[in-house]
Amino acid sequence: MNQSYTVTAVALVVLATVLVGGFGLRISRTTSDFYVASRTVGPGLNAAAISGEYLSAASFLGVAGLVLLHGPDMLWYPVGYTAGYLVLLVFVAAPLRRSGAYTLPDFAEGRLESRAVRRLVSVFVAGAGWLYLVPQLQGAGLTLAILTGAPDWFGGVLVALVVVVAVAAGGMRSITFVQAFQYWLKLTALLVPALFLLLAWQGDGRPRVDLDLASAVAGRADHPLYATYGLIVATFLGTMGLPHVVVRFYTSPNGRAARRTTLFVLALIGAFYLLPPVYGALGRLYVPELPYGTNADAAVLLLPERAIGGLGGALLGALVAGGAFAAFLSTASGLTMAVAGVLTQDVLPSRGVRHFRLATPLAMAVPLGGSLLITGMPVADSVGMAFAVSASSFCPLLVLGIWWRRLTPPGAIAGLLLGGGLSFAATVITVSGAVRSGWPHALLAWPAVWSVPVGFLAMILVSLATRGRIPPGTNAAMARFHLPEALMPSGKGGVR
Amino acid sequence: MSGAALAVLIVLGPLLLAGGFLLGRRTARPERTSDVGTPVEHATFETLHTASLATPPLRAGLTEESARKAARRLRSLLGTDALCLTDRERVLAWDGLGEHHGKHVMDHVQGLLGSGRYTAFASGCGDLDCPLRWGVAAPLTVDHRVLGTLVAYAPRESAVLARAAGEVARWVSVQLELAELDRSRTRLIEAEIKALRAQISPHFIFNSLAAIASFVRTDPERARELLLEFADFTRYSFRRHGDFTTLADELHSIDQYLALVRARFGERLSVTLQVAPEVLPVAMPFLCLQPLVENAVKHGLEGAVTTSRITISALDAGAEAEVVIEDDGVGMEPDRLRRILRGEGGASTGIGLLNVDERLRQVYGDEYGLVIETGVDAGMKITVRIPKYRAGVHGT
Repeated sequence: MNQSYTVTAVALVVLATVLVGGFGLRISRTTSDFYVASRTVGPGLNAAAISGEYLSAASFLGVAGLVLLHGPDMLWYPVGYTAGYLVLLVFVAAPLRRSGAYTLPDFAEGRLESRAVRRLVSVFVAGAGWLYLVPQLQGAGLTLAILTGAPDWFGGVLVALVVVVAVAAGGMRSITFVQAFQYWLKLTALLVPALFLLLAWQGDGRPRVDLDLASAVAGRADHPLYATYGLIVATFLGTMGLPHVVVRFYTSPNGRAARRTTLFVLALIGAFYLLPPVYGALGRLYVPELPYGTNADAAVLLLPERAIGGLGGALLGALVAGGAFAAFLSTASGLTMAVAGVLTQDVLPSRGVRHFRLATPLAMAVPLGGSLLITGMPVADSVGMAFAVSASSFCPLLVLGIWWRRLTPPGAIAGLLLGGGLSFAATVITVSGAVRSGWPHALLAWPAVWSVPVGFLAMILVSLATRGRIPPGTNAAMARFHLPEALMPSGKGGVR
Repeated sequence: MSGAALAVLIVLGPLLLAGGFLLGRRTARPERTSDVGTPVEHATFETLHTASLATPPLRAGLTEESARKAARRLRSLLGTDALCLTDRERVLAWDGLGEHHGKHVMDHVQGLLGSGRYTAFASGCGDLDCPLRWGVAAPLTVDHRVLGTLVAYAPRESAVLARAAGEVARWVSVQLELAELDRSRTRLIEAEIKALRAQISPHFIFNSLAAIASFVRTDPERARELLLEFADFTRYSFRRHGDFTTLADELHSIDQYLALVRARFGERLSVTLQVAPEVLPVAMPFLCLQPLVENAVKHGLEGAVTTSRITISALDAGAEAEVVIEDDGVGMEPDRLRRILRGEGGASTGIGLLNVDERLRQVYGDEYGLVIETGVDAGMKITVRIPKYRAGVHGT
């Protein structure tokens, strides 16, 4: 294993991220021409940015690892990660953009006119963000440990440091360009080696890939069908509430553009997710010892070296490692910014920019601690839990907030606490390892199947019981959400 | 083992947050109560504290919502069994026991609403167990008009309660007067916004038309373009609907403004822009930047024969957008600027700056006022921070 290539690739990715972040804006938009300067972010660029931020360690490493371990059943992961945007497109994208909200707490406050709901949503945003950050840092640790032999904790600490310094110093100013760049980098880093791998496979006389479940490690859950449904519900409904995804929609100039952006995201992410299963399947062939070894998430990283070998294999391996690091960096920086923003605005007392700098290390410290303590959990599973919490708390809030007039602040609070709180509790119990088998384990490890309905029901029933508390501005808010901008009475008329 | 450690961590996370929150609270606010003072002084502190808690809701005026929130505090201030707030027609809030008295309250206070004098009355309750046998009503007055009443109930006649209710009612009246003051200040600012829109016209329209006229014969095509810019600019500036716009629209209008200015000054004015596309959709108060650019143009070209340079940048700063307008013109004595921003600068200068500053503070709070760095012959740099979201601010 040639470490110097890998180290160079990772260093290049870090450097490129910092440079594009710091200078991208200067190069592209300093001009005396107003029409160039005030060109809004187009759906294509914004979609690449959203995809770049969204494709995390779970997508880059986790999916392939799961396919390798458990066979084609795991293809539901990429399907779910993608289909979440379909739900987002149909129910949420345009109204959310028209609401003018920058973050989920903004949306809650604007729709329900209640500071209390805002506070509660902030707490859940921080919680879901942290759950999602843990696997990113773990993935980074794993990558560096496998490729360079560094200690397990090193990669996570490195990513945490880079992100904290970049975010706190305001180096992520042209974030759209950075994230769009990361998407194309990640796609290249998986696509090019995949092509070579397929060629190598062809060259070997196309040995049949044995994807039969029985040949792999014993099934990963006692109740695979239930687990699959849990996964589907969590990913389909959880995507809309991910804090780092929501803020990116603000960049779209209007609701229509937000919808178009989502459509592009579907295409970009769909294209990307064709690749990890290839790695998973070929991993079965070329890295057969992995399922019985330590960590299947490493399949993507080891494949080029094993299947191709030589200098070519080393270079392709370095490319994959660079792409993986792009995945950790982009998702982690987006999440850290979202969590730190929420912490400064709603949780810590307001002290302006200085507090944002103080909140950034706090936003990163908790998940970093978590990533050092939890080991041996597949990254795709940990990410799945963040999705479950998001699906049980934010999905009811967004869907009912946008489509149901009678939602009241007490109803929203009840739904958030019951749906989100229970799924969060289930996650904590699962991770602590208190319940390890049987139905209790299945129910707790994939809580979305029951916690999402609980969240919806609680919101609906409590809202119906507190009819008197419907916010006075509901009709105005609904009109703003659902009428195209050009039709609004105070609209600016036409899109420039 | 790792599981147990994780559970510890998950418990620690919120604790850490709560700790940070409390720490921030403590540093942000000075200690409220202290252990010094006699029992009498303690009681005074307690009373003042309760009174201060009732203040914020009342500053919104006398509505059902504000009355409901305030009534609870007022009742604990008076220490009575029941307290009721009314406006001129109906009961707004009832706090404490015996809500069934609510329907008789308006009969008892009818006289008071006319005369503005305190009334005490027997509640005449048929229920023998009801402790509310006697009530005292005091008027809530603003500008000598009775807006409503405060009614306190007790088991028996009490001169102390009557006196206390009177004092509390007077204190509430002061708060309501302040609410009235807030409202008139808002109206004043709204009027100023309208005035500012109208203010653009005379100078600027005259100069622009003169500049366009000079092109009509030599360069008719340019004259036509300029007229169209002019039409667009005035349509935007004189629009009647909505107090808010988007940064993109505001920048667009600034572009038209600058095109017209360039028609007059030609090469003497050079403008550089740096705009982060992420902040273009940010909603902001209407015509907040154009006066600042106008100011920069004026300062840049004032008394100088050489060219003037103006830089306009709009950057993404997390949950805020940061707009910076910088010129290299004559600048200004910081003391003079301070006077202008206090509203003491005289009528001729800086109405634009003052107005923008006040509107930003009004919409976003005092921490979002203009930040201006300047000195004589050192140019001027104006920084505006605009939150990406604020309840009630919608650009479209």
